[in-house]
Amino acid sequence: MCTFQTDDSFTPSCLYSVQLSPESAFLSPLQPLFPCFSLTSHSLSVALSDGMLKHKELQLPIHQCHPSISVPNPFFTTPLPLSTVAIHFRLPPELQKRLVSLLSSPVEQLQVLSSAVLRETLPLSGQELNYNQENIGQLNSHAAALLLSQAGSRADLSSLCAQLLRSLESRQSEGPAHCLTHTLPILNTVLTHSPESLTEDHVTLLSKKLVDWLRYASITQGVGASSGGFFTGPRSRQPAPIAELDGTVSGDFFTVLCVGQGFTDDQWMNVYSFSMLRHWLLTYHSVSNGNTTADTANRLQLSLSLSHSHSFSYDDRSEVDGSVVSMVSATSSSSRLLPPKERLREKAFQYCQRLIEQSDRKAHKKTDTDLQKACLVEAVCILDCVCVEDTSLVFRTFPCIKGLFGRLSSDLSFARVLLPIAQFYLNHGEMAAVDCESVWNLVFGRFPAELFNDHFLAHELLRFLRLNLESLQLRVPQYTHSFPNLLKLLAWDSPALVDDFVDLLPSLVTTGTAVELLHTLLDLPCLSATLVLQLRSVCLPIADPGGRGLLSLDAFRNPSFRGLFLFLLRTEAGSGDTIDRLSTLHELLAEAADWPRVVQCAQTVPVLLHIFFNTVITVADEKLLAHLILVMLERSSLLLNIPKYCREIHRVFSCHLLRLCKLHPSLVVDQSHELLEFAGATANVYSKEEIYTHVVWVLGEYLSVSCDSRCSVSLITSCFEALEAVLFEITSSAPAPGAVCAAPRVITTLMSALAKLASRSHDLIPRVSLFLSKLRTVTRGGSVAWCSDEDDLVAIVTRGEELWSLLKAPGVAQSVLTPPPHVTTPQWHRDINVAMPLRLRALTNLTHSQ
Amino acid sequence: MVRCFLIHTVCPVGAVAAGDSRVLYSRVFGPDEVMMSELSPEERRLLQKEKTAVVARHVRSAVSLFREASGQPLVEMVPGEEALALQEADSGVVRLRAGDPFSEEMSALWLGVQSLGFALVCEPHENLLLAEGTLRNLTRHCLDHLHMLGPGSEVLLRSNRIDALLSRLLPHGQLLFLNHRFAQSLEKEVAAYMAK
Repeated sequence: MCTFQTDDSFTPSCLYSVQLSPESAFLSPLQPLFPCFSLTSHSLSVALSDGMLKHKELQLPIHQCHPSISVPNPFFTTPLPLSTVAIHFRLPPELQKRLVSLLSSPVEQLQVLSSAVLRETLPLSGQELNYNQENIGQLNSHAAALLLSQAGSRADLSSLCAQLLRSLESRQSEGPAHCLTHTLPILNTVLTHSPESLTEDHVTLLSKKLVDWLRYASITQGVGASSGGFFTGPRSRQPAPIAELDGTVSGDFFTVLCVGQGFTDDQWMNVYSFSMLRHWLLTYHSVSNGNTTADTANRLQLSLSLSHSHSFSYDDRSEVDGSVVSMVSATSSSSRLLPPKERLREKAFQYCQRLIEQSDRKAHKKTDTDLQKACLVEAVCILDCVCVEDTSLVFRTFPCIKGLFGRLSSDLSFARVLLPIAQFYLNHGEMAAVDCESVWNLVFGRFPAELFNDHFLAHELLRFLRLNLESLQLRVPQYTHSFPNLLKLLAWDSPALVDDFVDLLPSLVTTGTAVELLHTLLDLPCLSATLVLQLRSVCLPIADPGGRGLLSLDAFRNPSFRGLFLFLLRTEAGSGDTIDRLSTLHELLAEAADWPRVVQCAQTVPVLLHIFFNTVITVADEKLLAHLILVMLERSSLLLNIPKYCREIHRVFSCHLLRLCKLHPSLVVDQSHELLEFAGATANVYSKEEIYTHVVWVLGEYLSVSCDSRCSVSLITSCFEALEAVLFEITSSAPAPGAVCAAPRVITTLMSALAKLASRSHDLIPRVSLFLSKLRTVTRGGSVAWCSDEDDLVAIVTRGEELWSLLKAPGVAQSVLTPPPHVTTPQWHRDINVAMPLRLRALTNLTHSQ
Repeated sequence: MVRCFLIHTVCPVGAVAAGDSRVLYSRVFGPDEVMMSELSPEERRLLQKEKTAVVARHVRSAVSLFREASGQPLVEMVPGEEALALQEADSGVVRLRAGDPFSEEMSALWLGVQSLGFALVCEPHENLLLAEGTLRNLTRHCLDHLHMLGPGSEVLLRSNRIDALLSRLLPHGQLLFLNHRFAQSLEKEVAAYMAK
């Protein structure tokens, strides 16, 4: 049971207080609490008494603070956000009803508050907010927002739309229009979320209304908004004409770039219409034709409910004749030669042309200058949109777009306007046979090179590339070669843009660009540092003390290093894969290793490298892959010295070296010389443990006749000797002072690789066995200088013993350590005839757990 | 269309886990994305709140990474310096991939004023130049009318002021092309509301 104490004065200080009895309490029955609500101008208070007459009061701000609290403690003494409570209980029906009635209160504060409370609480089940259809005209913006946010189904939205459109129609004759300005945004919202809720008739009607507002709004100033009512005799004073932004009297129709002392209602509608125009043109196609039956039912129901209040001759007629009538039915005095959609397109075209012309005027206020830019963007997008729909407009539009491009292209402060122009050229340039070269030079050349630090431009440019990827690849050959320039955007603002490059990178990987792209990605942190230096060298004069002490800045200004930095800052690919003085560059930039921007950039490189390698194996031939392996070996020691970065890059290299060799085992024989050179250098054991381990494993695994017939005994022997020398060196002496011991994984991998090679060339078996037996003797003492951890040593010796016993039976050793390729193919596991190889394979895994 | 407007913290707050953000105000425009699904109203509501929290977390990390990269120390501003604070504010845009958290891709524009983040989640084809101007304008009004640079909790207790502001400058999430005259006339209405 609820009892209400209603404060009838409706003062904002205290609207309601509600006392609930235990039966209707929302909390668990174990806690017999008596909540008491009171709604004040800015919060909903709930007072709880716990039966022992101890009152706790909760102040509930109408908006949430912390949506993640799931179980609200009713005895919170701190303000508890309403949202957390509302997850668990609804408002009492009576209170809710009262709140709904407050929605139409004349006091706006009350509308806002009740709308906010109702929005933040749950709607009553089965008792949806039923707005009276007759006073839809008085539906205020706040109530409408609530209606929208709680719409439960498409049908709700559909009927809301129908009612709103009706109110738009009857608008001219009655009521203050400005309460209808929110109608267009609501319709646009519905169009966004569920275009199916609108019908073909709605589209026709709204298209016609939009034409009226866009093209035929008053061209005289409205009276000041404040001087309402009494002194506004319509013909008491000659109204002044509207003005342009530069103050001159406007000579053409009204647009959003016209100003006056006050505005008439249709001028307001002009603003709202233009604001939604592009979205309308983009989406009115998705309005379904299929739901006419539902719509008819809706309209029938509506016309029944509305018949006693208004008469809508227009709709009554369309009820009979279908949608054809609505095209004929005239609400404006102008002649209509075109069907509504075409007519809207035509008027939108004119409106945009006029906006483009108006944007050339010098505005007095900065906000208006910004608005002019935004209007240019919108106008070009709308023109593009209408040209996509009606290609005959392309030829009428191009002169204007070309003129605009000519006017703006030299001024990079208009870069964000030039981007939609580029879109227009891309979409229609081919059809109009227009030369687009200068557009692409701007988009792929000057934009990234000079505006890499404009975050918004970068976002929009990359989105443009993502959306048009296919046609760019087809029509703009310079796209794939512009990657050194495009990557500047990423180097500057890595965290925000890495997502876009994850999508774009595969399109930049081609057989022609792969090697240079790999080098460029690896030097991305250097590029980031160079961009910082470039900006600083512009900002700080040479004698500035702030610039002193930065060795890299001096280097950047030093003409003898100019070439190195210029290579990093190149705008196009093709001038060479990399440079030979890379290590000098890395030394010059050493101090940049802890600059936050450089560190952030370095963190994105491994992700991109993974994508690069995943893509490159799909496009590259074996020759290119062999080249990439060489680049990996070479670049593993040629990186900007950020320790974590180097480790990560080595990890990525190892992972993909393995994948490449697994995919093309003959690559190992091909590149055996370079791989052996790498594996034979003892220093690599310590400095590049990860990648060294993988190179050794690859050599042991794939240097075999079964992988490539070119693999000779002498090749196996020379590989064996190189690895043997390294293993002997690292297990015979302590590491140099200050260096760490070789990782046990490197040692066991070397041992396994030697055993594998020996199993393929039995002459080598005695040499391995001798080494392994020596190893056992040496370690019998318990500790050795080359391995500090006892457990590790035990593991190494165990592995040695296993390999030694395996090698005692060379035949078994060969089938275990070098299983024939067909055994490793997975489908054999079902075949009982090859159970033996399978068992051997299992054994391999056990003895050789990597 | 703008999908939602958020005000949240971008600096560590006592009760919130590091890296997380406390949402001070959020307004989602239009019907819920999951309107047609089988979820109960409670679940829908919770989902919506979680979505705004996800946006807030994205923006928070974007703001802190941005500030870290720019390397400029944050200068503390006091009430009365709202205009300067807005001028010095960091701004940027985050791409929200489809499904994270909205079902379609979105662009989240943000403005970092001191320890506060103001964010507009827009559909990606939206006119971002206009959205940027609108976000600045909204932020300016919020700072002025809710005294957000000083101590106090007016942003929580007077959130109706933000509602009223949004209903005029961003009605139902519709970005408006307002020249300074139109803007003045709306601001007069806003000022009248705030004065009551």
